[in-house]
Amino acid sequence: MLTAVVAVMLYAAGLVMMAGLGYRVWLYARTPAPLKIPTMPAPMTQRGVVMRMFSEVVFFRSLFKGNKWIWLFGWVFHLALALVLMRHLRYFLQPVPEIVVLIQPLGVLAGLAMVAALAALWARRFLVARIRYISGPSDHLMLALLLAIGASGFGMKFIAPTDIVAVKAFFLGLIYFDWQPLPADPALLIHLALVALLMFVFPFSKLLHAPGVFFSPTRNQVDDSRERRHVPPVRLETVPR
Amino acid sequence: MAVEQSNFDPVARGRGDPVEMPTLACGAMVGSKPYVASPVHQQALGFPGELVEDWQEKAIARLGQLLKESRALRVYLDACVRCGACTDKCHYFLGTGDPNNMPVARQNLLRKVYRRYFTLSGRLFPWLVGAQDLTKDVLDEWYSYFHQCSQCRRCSVFCPYGIDTAEISMAARDIMDSIGLGQKYSNEIIGKVFSVGNNLGLNPKALKATLAGLEDDIEEDTGLPVRLPLDEKGADILLVTPSADFFASPHMEGLIGYAKVLHQSGISWTLSTQASEAANFGMFVGSQEAMQKIALRIRKAAQDLGVKRIVFGECGHAWRVAYSFLDTLAGPFDFLDRNYPVPQHICEFTYDLIEKGQLRFDKSKNDEVRLTFHDSCNVARGSGMGGMPGGQFEIPRAILRAVCNHFFDMAPETIRESTLCCGGGGGLLTDELMDVRLKGAMPRMRALRDVADEHGVTHMAAICAICKAQFSKVLPRYGFEMDSIVSVHQMVSNALVLTGSRQEAELDGKGDAALAEA
Repeated sequence: MLTAVVAVMLYAAGLVMMAGLGYRVWLYARTPAPLKIPTMPAPMTQRGVVMRMFSEVVFFRSLFKGNKWIWLFGWVFHLALALVLMRHLRYFLQPVPEIVVLIQPLGVLAGLAMVAALAALWARRFLVARIRYISGPSDHLMLALLLAIGASGFGMKFIAPTDIVAVKAFFLGLIYFDWQPLPADPALLIHLALVALLMFVFPFSKLLHAPGVFFSPTRNQVDDSRERRHVPPVRLETVPR
Repeated sequence: MAVEQSNFDPVARGRGDPVEMPTLACGAMVGSKPYVASPVHQQALGFPGELVEDWQEKAIARLGQLLKESRALRVYLDACVRCGACTDKCHYFLGTGDPNNMPVARQNLLRKVYRRYFTLSGRLFPWLVGAQDLTKDVLDEWYSYFHQCSQCRRCSVFCPYGIDTAEISMAARDIMDSIGLGQKYSNEIIGKVFSVGNNLGLNPKALKATLAGLEDDIEEDTGLPVRLPLDEKGADILLVTPSADFFASPHMEGLIGYAKVLHQSGISWTLSTQASEAANFGMFVGSQEAMQKIALRIRKAAQDLGVKRIVFGECGHAWRVAYSFLDTLAGPFDFLDRNYPVPQHICEFTYDLIEKGQLRFDKSKNDEVRLTFHDSCNVARGSGMGGMPGGQFEIPRAILRAVCNHFFDMAPETIRESTLCCGGGGGLLTDELMDVRLKGAMPRMRALRDVADEHGVTHMAAICAICKAQFSKVLPRYGFEMDSIVSVHQMVSNALVLTGSRQEAELDGKGDAALAEA
């Protein structure tokens, strides 16, 4: 029964996230960018734009220019999250790839860094007057959710270990539609429920910054408006007022 | 209207760190609103004369339409995570402390309405995601704070997703226009461009007389018949320049500079009455329709006059529209000579001549000037020059260094791509907004004060008609001389030694005398 509930929950969460994100990406992609508005100075070649986008997505270059503290906490959080996610691949892949095995020891450190960075980001929302002013309930709750996911994960790691062999069997069963029983450990159930919640809200929340950044015209356009005529795919002002 | 009511003391506040964090002053600027456009000015642009009966419904429908037409708007309304990187980047926030002037908070004024009507989370849980109904109070906030954004895009430089508040404020202004709540200053001016051909409503006769007067002045100074041709068919170059260049100071001194450079180049050129305005306020009000109509005048003038090239004078947002949008809005320009960039900036033109060694300067003529350069926001962050990234920073500076012995840059966080707005851009250059203009200029004024103290800087050059007009007004309030703002081509004009001119004779005569002495 429990296994079925969790399995259905995770399938549903995955479905909502994929469908929701797919719809959003489709919307972004089909909405025209009528004018050239790259924030200058901008790259003058497509290759340059790829480099610019890479430095934004991997190193948060603009944020680094803007505010060193937010950059530090934000970048550490995202990097740590990436490592933690990679570490979790061992629960989904059989055999476990070499690279995933290699980063196992890093994963725990990354988890700690992630929680610390989240705490720092949250502290800013209370301690810095202007950040407090712009923070709404959803901003606080998102950090709370991510922190709770991290905390429940550490709960399993350090306080109440769960049977990870069974957990892996459960996830492989999910992937191959051959359900296996899930251990009924509270920390595990909380962890999975929170992750499912995160997946549910992903396409309806500010987490849309993840696909959004790739579609940002100020960052993904080439500075070549004098060399190549930019013709939007639809006529300007398609519908009269 | 909040005109000069605050006890803001520019002289006392004009010293210090240009980007010093202000303490929050909630609602401090809520009373700052521009005059509302009259029905006549609205209708000339095809907008409803006054606030329509069902304005709420219409505004939401218009927002829905814009979301379909602009990827930037759609992505930017979704992507913000409230990280706060932009919070201290707006000059109006730095100058006023009003938290609604933080870019993210300004965007949220529109975002909360978007959330309420266009997102699932906002429909179901408005309190959770800060979604809000579009009420009259919200509309009033829009009118205040979307007219405290000069669309300078400084915030977008530092945003991890490149969210551009200019795109948001343009959309908000477009929505307000579409329900009959337009801004008088911008809409009246756009109407004048449609009916007369320029922002000032200067008619062809007056324009002709002004140009003739300038020709006399130049001849008196140089002894040469330097011309300022108007509507001359078959000229090689059409010069499109902001109409302020025809009457205001230091704009006019810049125009004299262009005329001298063009004269020295030997290339024939002309101004046009039809396109006697480079500015395009269609961008300020976010109306692509108006922007396109204004841009098409320039195409028509170029075709009617049969020119081969189009060169733009010193005007910031005009150069953004020209460089980034003109080909899209009014192209293709296949009837022009494609060996030259279409369009070209007068600074690029002058710089090329300097590089080729075709201009001779007597830099000592600018020796009483200790100069700095104000990067105008639309040039810096909305355009380019010289076909290289950052050319818009290097070329004007290279010109200034070629004509002036004493050049000093302001603090790095206040120039180039991080440049601070003059405080009067984006359709805010109107008297009833003087309070916010004065406060918005504070960060730039502090940066200027720093180089004045440290290097004895006496003058600041700019290549934007709005910057020049704004600084002429606010510099005296901050304890500087009114004429310490100069045009880049005014500096060029001072030092340029035209072939056959009185200055040339003087200079070479001096040379002979020195030789004789030796």
